[in-house]
Amino acid sequence: MTYIKVVATVARLRHTSAMLEIRDLSLSVTIQGNSVEAVSSVSLQLESGRVLGLVGESGCGKSLTAQSILRLGEHQGVRKSHGDILLDRDSLFEMSDETLRRMRGGRIAMVFQEPMTALNPVFSIGSQIIEVIRLHLDMDLKQASARAVALLTDVGMEDAQQVLAQYPDALSGGMRQRVLIAMAMAADPDYIIADEPTTALDVSVQKRIIALLLNLQRKRNLGLLLVTHDFGLVAEMCDDVAVMYAGQIVESGPVSEIFDQPAHPYTRALMGCRPEVSEAGHALPVIGGQVPQPGQWPQGCHFADRCPLAQDDCKKAPLAANVWQQNQHIARCLHVNTAIKG
Amino acid sequence: MNVLEVNGLNKTFAAGGMFRAIGKAKWAVNDVSFQLKTGETLAIVGESGSGKSTTARLAMRLLASDSGNVLWGDDDVSSLSGKALRQRRSHIQMVFQDPFASLNPRMKIWQTVAEGLRVHQPSLSQQQRRQKVADTLLLCGLDASGMDRYPHQFSGGQRQRIGIARALIVEPKVLVLDEPVSALDVSVQAQILNLLKDIQRVKGLAYLFISHDLSVVRHISDRVAVMFAGRIVEQGTAAELFAQAQHPYTRALLAARPIAHPKERHSIAVDANETTEATADSGCAYQPRCPFATEACASFDGKLRRQSGGHDCACLHPLPIND
Repeated sequence: MTYIKVVATVARLRHTSAMLEIRDLSLSVTIQGNSVEAVSSVSLQLESGRVLGLVGESGCGKSLTAQSILRLGEHQGVRKSHGDILLDRDSLFEMSDETLRRMRGGRIAMVFQEPMTALNPVFSIGSQIIEVIRLHLDMDLKQASARAVALLTDVGMEDAQQVLAQYPDALSGGMRQRVLIAMAMAADPDYIIADEPTTALDVSVQKRIIALLLNLQRKRNLGLLLVTHDFGLVAEMCDDVAVMYAGQIVESGPVSEIFDQPAHPYTRALMGCRPEVSEAGHALPVIGGQVPQPGQWPQGCHFADRCPLAQDDCKKAPLAANVWQQNQHIARCLHVNTAIKG
Repeated sequence: MNVLEVNGLNKTFAAGGMFRAIGKAKWAVNDVSFQLKTGETLAIVGESGSGKSTTARLAMRLLASDSGNVLWGDDDVSSLSGKALRQRRSHIQMVFQDPFASLNPRMKIWQTVAEGLRVHQPSLSQQQRRQKVADTLLLCGLDASGMDRYPHQFSGGQRQRIGIARALIVEPKVLVLDEPVSALDVSVQAQILNLLKDIQRVKGLAYLFISHDLSVVRHISDRVAVMFAGRIVEQGTAAELFAQAQHPYTRALLAARPIAHPKERHSIAVDANETTEATADSGCAYQPRCPFATEACASFDGKLRRQSGGHDCACLHPLPIND
């Protein structure tokens, strides 16, 4: 145990200015033989010790962006067409396979949405955690299994020793999600990417998993990227937020500013149609029209066709991500001031 | 007028697998009663395994109850089966959760929507059926021009509209909506909730709305029944339940709702290591998790009792209203 702690501390000292940075990243996917842009010039910065929310509706490209950080999805035809992802100034796209393998789980780990499918049903919990530990840390079976017990205890599992021998089907959804979080922590990573980590769980279980993730994040000074469709989760967990729409980040900034004064008309509309902020019994505000599919994005602002404030200038040319800026708070919109006054 | 009434419904499922014979039967629904009036929405809320979907299926007579009875209007359908039951099914129809799994991918939209008519209005010509489908789709906010297309050509929200049209075409009095919006994005969810409200106003339908999402429930329902471990533990108007819940479980559920703004953080302390999901087999099922449980709770009968605030709560130690 002490050995790991030393290694981890050394690793942390080495990366004092630790940062995971997505720089102007565009990704394309193959749809019916054609290469189509699905993520367009996304830039994000995740510092250790911070929680960044990447929020948007299905199909906006948030999961694709998050998965590209581990360079997942490439075998399914996702290709980087522009930009870079930097881990402490090293490009992920220039890493050797060996470095990449060490980075996955070792530096950046992932927690997936479906605790039911993310564990292998035919291996015991213990063997699955120990596999990850031994892949990344130089440990014999005994040490690794002691570490597995410590990890499971850390994520709030009672009788961790017993859990090691159990199979996934013996555990509830909440328990499996705890196991997955323990696995993500196995090699003491610096960053965690959590893709809808609580969506499949009951509300009260959700609350506890959120508390657990936040506790671990603070204790280990992790950088946490939370991918979600749920503004409630963002309100609860994040320091910063980036809102995605049709492949682009339309707005980003500190969480309190985004909630107090959402700048982009899409963010405002999306926050407004949540039933929890509307008066019971009244019709909910809606966003007219439909999200444009990749390949059918408008030339200018992607939201222009559905936006109540859109003018001719919105549709002419692509907009920069920080067309509107107020300190850390930026929005890809030409008419933010009208939106805020309206 | 009550369009749906269930009294003392019970349902047990045998323990699964090869030890079925010696396993202990599990209560899925235990002594559940409620009434639903024309034009009213009753929400049943609870976590997975609480018995809310089983209750809905019992009320629809998709499952037979072990005991208790089900009334559709004045009609006791508890003991009906086969053709007699099928002919009365136009009274109560269902909308399912997953708009991707609940439509047959090989059938055109109009065929899917028109299926109920084959049983309930067999005398209609194809022309008349198509006309009826077009009218119903329009009511659900869909253009009739799409009726010869297949499900994969529609988005999740559109498919849910198709699912609603399929339920409405036989002109039911009651719609059972099993998590109708939980698979949808927030902006689409808002559209569907508005649509359901509009249809209810136009048609005077009663909704039995099954959901785990309290924000959605608060928005759409007139009355709410909270289920835990197969029983209704608290029942009342939506306004009462959201403002003055008295059952510790309802309070816990309400406290677990997602917050609307970051400034509400830490308003409720959550113990991250609290992992118990246990329920008690006798007495009040919520005892193992309840901070207010006493010895007396172990022999509690679990029945609902009218509280001073006016709603029903199954608890020996109901919480004071102005807490």
